[in-house]
Amino acid sequence: MNSQSNAVPESPLESQVAAAAVIPETRRLYWSVRRELWESRSIYIAPLAAAALILAGFLIRTIHPSDKMRAALALDPAQQHKLIEQPYNFAALLIMMTTFIVAVFYCLDALHGERRDRSILFWKSLPVSDLTTVLSKASIPLVVLPLVTFGITVVTQGIMLMLSSAVLLGSGQSVATLWTHVPLWQMSLMLLYHLLAIHALWYAPIYGWLLLVSGWARRMAFLWAALPLLAIGIVEKIAFNTSHFAALLGYRMSGGPEGAKFTAGSMSMDPLTQLSPGQFLISPGLWIGLAVAALFLAAAVRLRRYRGPI
Amino acid sequence: MACIEARGLRKAYGTTIALDGINLRVEEGRILGLIGPNGAGKTTALNVILGLTPYQGELRVLGRNPWTERYQLMRDVCFIADVAVLPRWMRVSQALDYVTGVHPRFDRAKAEGLLAKTNIKRTSRVRELSKGMVTQLHLAMVMAIDAKLLVLDEPTLGLDILYRKQFYDSLLNDYFDRSRTILVTTHQVEEIQDILTDLMFIDRGRIVFDCSMEEMESRYVEVMVHPEQAAAARALKPMHERQVFGGSILLFDRVDREQLAALGDVRTPSIADLFVAVMGNQAYRAQGAAG
Repeated sequence: MNSQSNAVPESPLESQVAAAAVIPETRRLYWSVRRELWESRSIYIAPLAAAALILAGFLIRTIHPSDKMRAALALDPAQQHKLIEQPYNFAALLIMMTTFIVAVFYCLDALHGERRDRSILFWKSLPVSDLTTVLSKASIPLVVLPLVTFGITVVTQGIMLMLSSAVLLGSGQSVATLWTHVPLWQMSLMLLYHLLAIHALWYAPIYGWLLLVSGWARRMAFLWAALPLLAIGIVEKIAFNTSHFAALLGYRMSGGPEGAKFTAGSMSMDPLTQLSPGQFLISPGLWIGLAVAALFLAAAVRLRRYRGPI
Repeated sequence: MACIEARGLRKAYGTTIALDGINLRVEEGRILGLIGPNGAGKTTALNVILGLTPYQGELRVLGRNPWTERYQLMRDVCFIADVAVLPRWMRVSQALDYVTGVHPRFDRAKAEGLLAKTNIKRTSRVRELSKGMVTQLHLAMVMAIDAKLLVLDEPTLGLDILYRKQFYDSLLNDYFDRSRTILVTTHQVEEIQDILTDLMFIDRGRIVFDCSMEEMESRYVEVMVHPEQAAAARALKPMHERQVFGGSILLFDRVDREQLAALGDVRTPSIADLFVAVMGNQAYRAQGAAG
């Protein structure tokens, strides 16, 4: 009790100090993003698990190469290249798919979960605006997940390369062939471009839509996100016997103009010169997509103001 | 400046009118109890004050419009809306880190000090804590925020009697300093009788009773009357009468204490008794609402 009575005369001073302290909005955003990472640990656990799986599989493949592979290694350089590089591309693909799935489910729960467990009442009792909150949640699929994917993929591919090298050196073979066929630096650059261009920018309206639905739906956010799109497609088909909407969605999902280049070939076969970031950056598809994403996010911000616990 | 000032405050959900033209004024440094039956509009009133719901009419909280300036308002206002709204996945240390990160008026050392008096471990997740501990945690965080207005909506719901007692003791001893304002709603009226400075009853979206505790204690008198004196007592127009074993208890408003003392044992009514009397007395309510 003594300590309390001592504390009382200090409180006016403390409050002055506190009042003087201004927290910049960026700091609030930073802590809000950290909060998301605390809550949704699948953001890094899922891709790490995928990476572990890949490494386990790759280890077995490296130690016990099949006869088919041994035969192939004696083939012409192009075949050889394909075979050596394949697991590296596969690793990148698998980790990207994992994080995309994580992103979809994260978005669907982001503004829904806090209403379901009533914690929105706690978050709203703190001086963090709805805009900051929604931006922090949107930054997970738009910024954090691409970077996490990049980091984990590069490290995984690095470990794979090291494993192969170790096995080769152990059996007294040269690693030169391997290293020329796996240009790690170039692959990483391609991957980073792919993640930023497609997963962050091109897919932005998809995440925006999912976040909006998660802020709006009272339950079954997944159905509410999928059914209206399906309904539009069906109505269009019946009314006009066309499928422009479905084609539009397909175009968006496939990654647009840049996405086609990645699916067509492997990541290192096509040199970096094949990519056209300039063209991508001026393509209307990108900017229309970003505008739509911004609209969805603005709607999600506004919606959160009105929303309470479910 | 009044802490909360409302004129003609209205809120309707579809055809249901939750707030039906509320006028109120809460000065700084008061502890106001907002009491009402279920569905009376208590929570709606709090939500409107906290800027969680849009409304019609005029409302200023600390001089701000709570709906359009909610985010700025939350620097000076704290609330515990219901119990168990702390996210269950969060660790105690994370909760402290986060609030430190976003709240300019949060005094982490004070929160740590308050938590040191409890059995709550820093590494525990909220879901691992008992309901009482979650409330202690929330209270510790809220008390460490140097806010001007603290709003508590049924803060002790579902807690056992020890925690409930501790909750209000701690609020009064460690937090309230006469410059802060506390607004509390609860059904456990007997627990807050001694801490309130002001009392308001709300029913069907209207304030039906509004007075300070000092005024209440001087105005309202409850008399335990023997059956033989009942007729004489009733002639003084009690607000309310209830039968108990061996007599009746009559509640009077602004009747001379000396005069009543002659009829039986005189005492100040409890909030619960006054509440029942006001709610059951239509004529009085109409008058109370007007005043």
